[in-house]
Amino acid sequence: MCDLICHIPPAVQDLLLSILKGFAVILVIFPIAGASSMAERKVSAWIQGRYGPNRAIVPWFAYVPFVGRFLQRLGVFNLMADGGKLLFKEDPLPGHVKKFYFMLAPLVGLVPAFTTVTVVPFGAYLDRAGQVVPLMLANVDVGILAIFAVASLGIYSMILAGWASNSKYPFLGSVRASAQLVSYELSLTLSVLPVFLWVNAPGTDATLSLARVVEFQSQPGLMGGMWFIFLMPVSALIFLVALFAETNRLPFDMIESEADLVGGFHTEYGSFKWSLFFVAEYSHMVVGSAVFVLLFFGGWNPLPWLPLATLTGWLHLQDWPVVVGALSVVIFLVKVLAMIFFFMWVRWTVPRFRYDQVMKIGWQKLLPLAIGNLLFYLLVIGAIHAF
Amino acid sequence: MSNAYTFPDNAAKTAGAAASAELPTEKMSLSMGPSHPSTHGVLRLQMEIDGETVVKADPVIGYLHRGDEKIAENMTYNQFVPYTDRLDYLAPLANNVAYALAVEQLAGLTVPPRCQAIRVISAELARISSHLMGLGAFGIDVGAWTIFLYTFTEREKLYRLFEELTGARFTNSYTRIGGVARDVPEGWTDRVNAFCDQFLPILDEVLGMLSRNKIFLDRTDGVGVISKEDAIAYGLTGPNLRGSGVPLDLRKDRPYSGYEQYDFDVPVGVKGDCYDRYAVRGEEMKQSVRIIKQAIARFPGGDWYAKDARKIFAPPKDKVLTSMEELINNFMIVTEGPQIPPGEAYFEAENPKGILGFYVVSKGGGVPWRLKIRSPSFCNLSILPKICAGALVADVVSILGSFDFVMGECDR
Repeated sequence: MCDLICHIPPAVQDLLLSILKGFAVILVIFPIAGASSMAERKVSAWIQGRYGPNRAIVPWFAYVPFVGRFLQRLGVFNLMADGGKLLFKEDPLPGHVKKFYFMLAPLVGLVPAFTTVTVVPFGAYLDRAGQVVPLMLANVDVGILAIFAVASLGIYSMILAGWASNSKYPFLGSVRASAQLVSYELSLTLSVLPVFLWVNAPGTDATLSLARVVEFQSQPGLMGGMWFIFLMPVSALIFLVALFAETNRLPFDMIESEADLVGGFHTEYGSFKWSLFFVAEYSHMVVGSAVFVLLFFGGWNPLPWLPLATLTGWLHLQDWPVVVGALSVVIFLVKVLAMIFFFMWVRWTVPRFRYDQVMKIGWQKLLPLAIGNLLFYLLVIGAIHAF
Repeated sequence: MSNAYTFPDNAAKTAGAAASAELPTEKMSLSMGPSHPSTHGVLRLQMEIDGETVVKADPVIGYLHRGDEKIAENMTYNQFVPYTDRLDYLAPLANNVAYALAVEQLAGLTVPPRCQAIRVISAELARISSHLMGLGAFGIDVGAWTIFLYTFTEREKLYRLFEELTGARFTNSYTRIGGVARDVPEGWTDRVNAFCDQFLPILDEVLGMLSRNKIFLDRTDGVGVISKEDAIAYGLTGPNLRGSGVPLDLRKDRPYSGYEQYDFDVPVGVKGDCYDRYAVRGEEMKQSVRIIKQAIARFPGGDWYAKDARKIFAPPKDKVLTSMEELINNFMIVTEGPQIPPGEAYFEAENPKGILGFYVVSKGGGVPWRLKIRSPSFCNLSILPKICAGALVADVVSILGSFDFVMGECDR
């Protein structure tokens, strides 16, 4: 085995490793996006006092004691059935659409949704020297900027879908999409600036990497171990609200608001093309939640003021980097899933805003608040470093 | 009508707009319905929109027209009862009662107190059921799905009670001319009481999710305002009229079926916006519970159908099978219909959606010569062009939701 690997030039080795990691991440994010859609149905059922999907089962699986029935009640097989149905049902292509762009739109939506995953760290392990090494596909210096830049490309899929559908409701939906996303992008970006200003104190190496933010929240001491949610609650709030708007979730789902726009941008879509939009939407949600957890909820640190390194010390896991890595990934995923649950909880509880109200909140409330928040932390950081 | 599309002269438009310092816009026609998630059935709104603002909205109705009025001329009075179920199909019992009362007024017949009480209870239960549906659908229209499931759970309990009383969950066909199909089952009134007791806290919970919700207030407060004068001028009735502050409630103003004995309030709105219409419905459900509780507390004994109207109400089955006279009578009523004297009568009842009126003309015999239905949803919808103009597309959805109309009744 080693012979084989060692004979490959190192450059190719790196490339192969990256491709493998990439596949691994895609293989994680795709099921999470799918499972989120299932969870959405289960959570909504729970909130509404229903059972939710609990019927579908693979024939022989019903005989597995306990587990079979348990998974059936969880609706796990519904997820498979849904995917299968969407994959195999007839894929209608309405006569009035612009065919090329109509087919292109879901793919355009999917690519940025998956691309953003590459710069999101999802765990960490301790190397021999006791250094925390983040697990991520690409630790690029521009981190958060890369996420914002790529994620906002996703909007093109909605605009494209709306235009290509050549129909009135999708058209209205895509017009809303372009306006809404632009307005909330600003607040989103401004809300995270204080975090990075705080992390990159004057005189240190400046980086926008998310791993650095988590590292910062994993330091010992009162201020070091403090998560940014305590330090910058307003930033967190603005980020959260803007995230809801960016991911088109209720109460900001103007783009597909089914009460007035039937289906919004995806009205004319069906079968797998339709479901690709939703994989993209849920991926955005997963990535958004992940970024929120990394920035404000300490990433893979189990509790505030309890960094992963300390926990590793307590459990004597220093010599087991793989276990530590797995543990950190699990902690991180639990937090992300809790965030996704929060997204669903909100969706099934509150009514929907009106389009002009969404714009008003974005421009008249959130943006001034974000600017004020940024100025406030600028002054605070300046004051700390001046004295 | 020409379908040729003339391309707008954008250059000229831009030049004109530059002079007036406004962005050039172009109106778009948008057909909302007849199959649209928030037009509640088959209403179609032919709208002209300028961006997101509605310039013009014309309701196009008739997609559910079945010719009920003509159908009525071809069947006996009792055979038409199932057709009244399908007017406002969210409150069939209330329609049954209104229809029976109209024909009884023509026949100059008064039903015994027990029958009146049964009719009041069933009509009020139907009101609760209809308002629950209206509330839930309104919730969906403004994006709060969970409300719908909560109210539907309550409706399911009501349907069980209806099934027990009438044998059918949805299309009840409960009344007959001169009475009801059967007496209340044993212990049914207790179960209605129990339902009422557990219903009030749940109703408060459901209303609590919306009433002070900022987003809900943003969506409904000051949206779709109907002034008092407009409401009267356009012939609005029911909660839509009372939402505008006109305290017209036929149960109070022109009591029928013994409504004068019950103590209840008529809630009215202040502004006449979507929120007021919603609030009026919420309060009306509580008042209905009050009426039901009073009716059950003093539930009269005695006959549950008009015994003296021998040519109108078919005799009970046990008598039919044992006595010759009753058998003949039963045969005549079933084949020829209840014998209603010649004349004409108009009766209106306060239904969940508004005032449902039946105008019955008889030339004697068991079949109406003409039957005209005044349906509240039809009249209520007439104000749509006026209040939708100038609203946003999403507001139209709120307005439609707050109107709580049923197309089965509008198109009949």
